[in-house]
Amino acid sequence: MIRSITQIKPLEEIERLLDGMGRVFIVGCGTCATLTQTGGAPEVEAMKNQLADKGKVITGATVVPVACDHLTGEILNDISNPVKQADALLIMSCAYGVQTIAQQMGKTVIPALNTLFIGRETGAGEFNEACKQCGACIIGETGGICPVTACHKGLVNGPCGGTNNGKCEIDSDKDCAWTAIYNRLNQLGRLDAMRRYQKPRNHLGEPSPGKFRIPA
Amino acid sequence: MPSAFKKALDSGKFIVTCEAAPSKGTNLENMTHHIELLKDKVDAMNVTDHQSSVMRYPSLGGAILVKELGGEPILQMTCRDRNRLALQADLLFASSRGVNNVLCLTGDSVMLGDHKQAKPVFDLDSSQLVAAVRTMEKGRDMAGNELDGGVRFCVGAIVTPEANPLEPQLIKFEKKLEAGAEFIQTQAVYDMENFKKFMTYARQFPVKILAGIILLTSAPMARFMNKNVAGVRVPDELIDEMASAPKGGALNKGIEIAGRMIRKIKDEKICDGVHIMAIGKEEKVVDIMQAAGLIE
Repeated sequence: MIRSITQIKPLEEIERLLDGMGRVFIVGCGTCATLTQTGGAPEVEAMKNQLADKGKVITGATVVPVACDHLTGEILNDISNPVKQADALLIMSCAYGVQTIAQQMGKTVIPALNTLFIGRETGAGEFNEACKQCGACIIGETGGICPVTACHKGLVNGPCGGTNNGKCEIDSDKDCAWTAIYNRLNQLGRLDAMRRYQKPRNHLGEPSPGKFRIPA
Repeated sequence: MPSAFKKALDSGKFIVTCEAAPSKGTNLENMTHHIELLKDKVDAMNVTDHQSSVMRYPSLGGAILVKELGGEPILQMTCRDRNRLALQADLLFASSRGVNNVLCLTGDSVMLGDHKQAKPVFDLDSSQLVAAVRTMEKGRDMAGNELDGGVRFCVGAIVTPEANPLEPQLIKFEKKLEAGAEFIQTQAVYDMENFKKFMTYARQFPVKILAGIILLTSAPMARFMNKNVAGVRVPDELIDEMASAPKGGALNKGIEIAGRMIRKIKDEKICDGVHIMAIGKEEKVVDIMQAAGLIE
């Protein structure tokens, strides 16, 4: 299952964002941020303690089931006073949750996390990005491996000169996407697909910000 | 009119190119000195484009300087920092200022340079940039719009003969040739027997190949490249030879080795010429050429 992958911001940054706001209500998320151990119950508890140590008054804290869901607003409104008394809501979910709550609650919201990518768990505690959601999918010709995502430079016509023993120039632990694509296509007897020149990418696959409506 | 470099390539003579590295800032004295020293000794001078992703004076500015000083520039263009609008515009600019040779590169990762937080572009890749130049030569931009005043370039690209695995690299190499590359400057080669094998393959294509020669300056530098520079492999014998140099004599040993490799490439007609990269020691290109017997 795909998840929104997040990372906790440095405490100094969270403190700066909360400057002048003495009373804070903390919201965690029971879905993606719980799985990545960035905004589940233990992390919310730890944040409460850290901010209390810095002199903040924690008016309350909760972990909502799905922060990006439209029911989140209702849950927070039911909590009522602790939420109302807070100068800011500190949200320990991905940016979808932060923006949902900002829209629903009409209060200052502060993200405690950085949203890194949409990825899936590929091993215990390990998450990887497989799709950039570019709107112009070419993986039918690359053995089902996306070079737009898996290649650091998003190259679509083969490896750059930075490939080194099957690894990437930015990190000797990172696999070179084009070595992987080559191996896969070779295995499938489809190297002809790699020899085909790919035209410059269509960056108009979906103009940013993405918007989709099911056709009537 | 074909460029002077294109004429040299077509003449069948042994080609020598080298690099002019733009400065960090507007003081162009050092670069000017190197251009003046080398412009009449080589067939063309590459001007690097924020080499290793370190922000510098632009390659196009440097190429124009080479031209103004009476040299023959090869404009290096990477896809790292400019989208297709900016790349095409710079090709128009280059052409309008008499810069008519271009080397199309993907470009190093921004993360390897001195502005690690910059946005990497890579709107095009190197083979697509080669194709874009060829499209513009037909009088149209990449969107199909007519150009008021055209361009003409001698177009080159690179290949890494020591890449591992090699075949994906060769597939990309062939794509660059199909897109219209006329000359290839290789990543540094040190193992001549291996390079000969590459050339046996490359000779089936109608393209001029210039072997990359990076000046070794010390045994630790050679080991550093083996460890850290993708696609460069200095054989142990050469590292031992560098290490055997008397104290203070490593640079001269490096010059001797570079000269010897160039002489071998020329005498045995292994490829069509050499591209000498004396990174940070550009004045030594003269000594290397002397050691190779290319100049008096």
